Amino acid sequence: MSTVANDWVDVGSLDAIPQRGARVVKTPLGCVAVFRTHEDRVFALDNACPHKKGPLAEGIVHGNSVTCPLHNWVFDLETGQAQGADQGQVATYPARVDDGRIWLEASFLQLRAAE
Amino acid sequence: MKKLVVIGAGMASGRVLEHLFEADPAAYDVTLFNAEPRGNYNRIMLSPVLSGEKSFEEIVTHDDDWYAQNNVTCRFGEAVTGIDRDRKVVIGANGEVEYDKLVIATGSAPFIIPVPGKDLPGVVAFRDLDDVDKMKEAAGGRGRAVVIGGGLLGLEAAAALRLQGMDVTVLHLMGHLMERQLDESAGFLLRRDLENRGIEVKCQASTAEILGTDKVEGVKLTDDTVIPADLVVMAVGIRPETTIAKAAGVEVGRGIQVDAQMLTSDPDILSVGECVEFNGQLFGLVAPLYDQAKVVAATLTEYKTEFVPKELSTKLKVTGCDLFSAGDFADGEGREDIVFRDPARGIYKRLVIEDNKVIGAVFYGDTADSNWFFGLIKDGTDISEMRETLIFGPGFQGGATADPMAAVAALPLDAEICGCNGVSKGQIVEAIQGGATDLAAIKAVTKASASCGTCTGLVEQVLGVTLGDDFVIPAAQSMCGCTDLTHEEVRRLIKSQELKSMAAVHQELGWKTSCGCHVCRPALNFYLLADWPVEYQDDPQSRFINERKHANIQKDGTYSVVPRMWGGMTTPDELRAIADAAEKYNVPTVHVTGGQRIDLLGVKGEDLPDIWADLNKAGMVSGHAYAKGLRTVKTCVGKDHCRFGTQDSTGLGIKLEKKLWGSWSPHKVKLAVSGCPRNCAEATCKDIGVVCVDSGYQIGVGGAAGMDVKETERLADVASEQEAIDLATAFMQLYRENAKYLDRPYKWIAKVGLDWVKERIVDDLDERRALIERFELSQSIYQKDPWAEHVAEIADTYKPLADFQLEAAE
Repeated sequence: MSTVANDWVDVGSLDAIPQRGARVVKTPLGCVAVFRTHEDRVFALDNACPHKKGPLAEGIVHGNSVTCPLHNWVFDLETGQAQGADQGQVATYPARVDDGRIWLEASFLQLRAAE
Repeated sequence: MKKLVVIGAGMASGRVLEHLFEADPAAYDVTLFNAEPRGNYNRIMLSPVLSGEKSFEEIVTHDDDWYAQNNVTCRFGEAVTGIDRDRKVVIGANGEVEYDKLVIATGSAPFIIPVPGKDLPGVVAFRDLDDVDKMKEAAGGRGRAVVIGGGLLGLEAAAALRLQGMDVTVLHLMGHLMERQLDESAGFLLRRDLENRGIEVKCQASTAEILGTDKVEGVKLTDDTVIPADLVVMAVGIRPETTIAKAAGVEVGRGIQVDAQMLTSDPDILSVGECVEFNGQLFGLVAPLYDQAKVVAATLTEYKTEFVPKELSTKLKVTGCDLFSAGDFADGEGREDIVFRDPARGIYKRLVIEDNKVIGAVFYGDTADSNWFFGLIKDGTDISEMRETLIFGPGFQGGATADPMAAVAALPLDAEICGCNGVSKGQIVEAIQGGATDLAAIKAVTKASASCGTCTGLVEQVLGVTLGDDFVIPAAQSMCGCTDLTHEEVRRLIKSQELKSMAAVHQELGWKTSCGCHVCRPALNFYLLADWPVEYQDDPQSRFINERKHANIQKDGTYSVVPRMWGGMTTPDELRAIADAAEKYNVPTVHVTGGQRIDLLGVKGEDLPDIWADLNKAGMVSGHAYAKGLRTVKTCVGKDHCRFGTQDSTGLGIKLEKKLWGSWSPHKVKLAVSGCPRNCAEATCKDIGVVCVDSGYQIGVGGAAGMDVKETERLADVASEQEAIDLATAFMQLYRENAKYLDRPYKWIAKVGLDWVKERIVDDLDERRALIERFELSQSIYQKDPWAEHVAEIADTYKPLADFQLEAAE
């Protein structure tokens, strides 16, 4: 399923996530939501809204934002910052696409595994 | 004189020879191989040759005289079979040629998708003149052509074949045309223009098989659609043609690898064109190939220069389809969009700005200033000074603001504004010119907005557009931040302008964001699927999670699962299956709902397909307990058991549920059927409630027992069960076609009035029948068990993309 190449880990094919959608990557310290925008950019964020731990991977993705499915908090996928009147921040992690595959930074996964 | 051999007479190698003879005509004795039985011609002009707009002679770049003048030995129509690098010879079918320097310019080969039937006569690629001849012959100016691939090449082929008089269908795997060069909005406009010229376009169409026995007869898609065809053109893409280079042991990655001097891993062999790979990059457009050609000629004459890939721009060579794209136009960190839409003229312009520089541009409909913008991209010009008016182009200073009434201004005069009374924009404009200068007067004169009232906003906008500053439009609540239009206006415009995709709505109604937001997307998805059940493709990504995963999300991120129990009836087998599932999947909570069924709460998202499969096996389907759609039909046991029962209330409930289940609606819809006026099924507080009496059935609508509590209002009393079912069905469809998203029926009826509803479904039997027919058409597509469908087709998507928990444990 995953192969370590340099400092990046292949977590799956870009096609496995629909445009304006997300899938979850499980780590020992909780889930990371990997988003794909309608422009085929990918972002990785903690899969928990700071408000009531809503699973952000299940939210509606619009532009570079996602709306939490539980109470409609909106987060910027680039910064993890809550938008509008809500205050809060979700951790973001490096993610990139190469040759149709999605890569997360290996050091981040190791860090999460080691903690 | 040194010997130069060139393999391949394409556009790149033609340029190499020109530059070479210019620099030093005496440097080399040249031999030119070409597998095609002809010399260099302008390959990118093949589509005008195919359409008949140009002849082949007009696109020849180097004729026999030119080769003779420059002493080029031509070996056309002769395939090269190998290169012996040790002896420095090229081996052709008719003998060997020695070289001092060799240029490999083998170009690219069309990618043929590996489906059954790909080798049938009548299946062609679109790369060279032979392909064009084959197409012309197959076409004969008639018949049906299917073009697989909606990229640059495929669309040019499609347009050309259409000009030849063929019926043409374009199949494209992705969601919109030319997705590498265009964003969705521009892709929509392109599609519309192509459709206007009679080319049918199917996106998200995946080819399963090419049908035919002796020759091609049709194309079958993975969804089993069959499109008849006399000609199939494969234009899905190209790959560098590297066979000869690879066999000779030259380093090959995706293409023949070259350095900045265009030298391959063998210092005596150069390569140029679509067959090369430079810094991991491949090249398919002509501009960089010409740059490479200059470098090859320089290297051959021992003059050192470097190939540097430049920004690229694309234009489509289809007459009447004006599009331009350049640079990088993906959304990104620190990037901002400037978007200009003019629905009336079909114009879309988008600039992507980063650090006060234009880094990308997509234009459709008006590309007059594209060179100026391309210059800004290439030069990295600081645009902060002219940002305000940048989008209007080089000749414009002073700026105009976007007009919120543009969409209505753009409507043709025959566009219907008031659906109830069939009033067009033209009639309203006429009335205004005749002196009706406010809403009340328009209502009185034309009857527009005098019935359900949902077009009021549009009528006001027509007043505003016609009267200008003399008319002040009362403020109305817009749908969301993406538009100034209200829900009612958007619904009306989707119908009158026949907008059948989300991109169409965004473009034609001037959406301010690139792909909407969580407020407008679910509403638009519903409006589109309700109004265009056949044409529109449901978009799961625009649905709230519950409708996307067909289960109710709970506060801890788990889901609830509720199988359907028709009319509240169940059996020991079903109950056993539910009990087994509850145990097997460790369901922590089992609850009996108010709608007479059983709710399994606390199911993990990953387990959903498995538990559904188990429930499906016992004959149960989704209860849509999560849907803005038909939920439950609650019943009492009726005259079969109850001593007061007057009719078969359970039987009617089951029939109603079987008729209506699976349909999507503006909000949830709950029904009940009580067997007598004691009303044990509480039918008088439902969206549709039937109370059975001795003489027949009392049908009430618009009840509520939630945030508001409200008794139903009587729609009609009918004598037969069939009439009761017909009225409920017609009411459901009227509600689906007219209500604002997230208005329950009682809220909608409060706006349009019960009389308006009655006129349509009680009094007007033709309208009732038409509503039922439209409902049934929609049900033919949407009445299916989503659980079974997801189990069969997308069960994998319920699992994590990757799991690193186990690896850490190991």
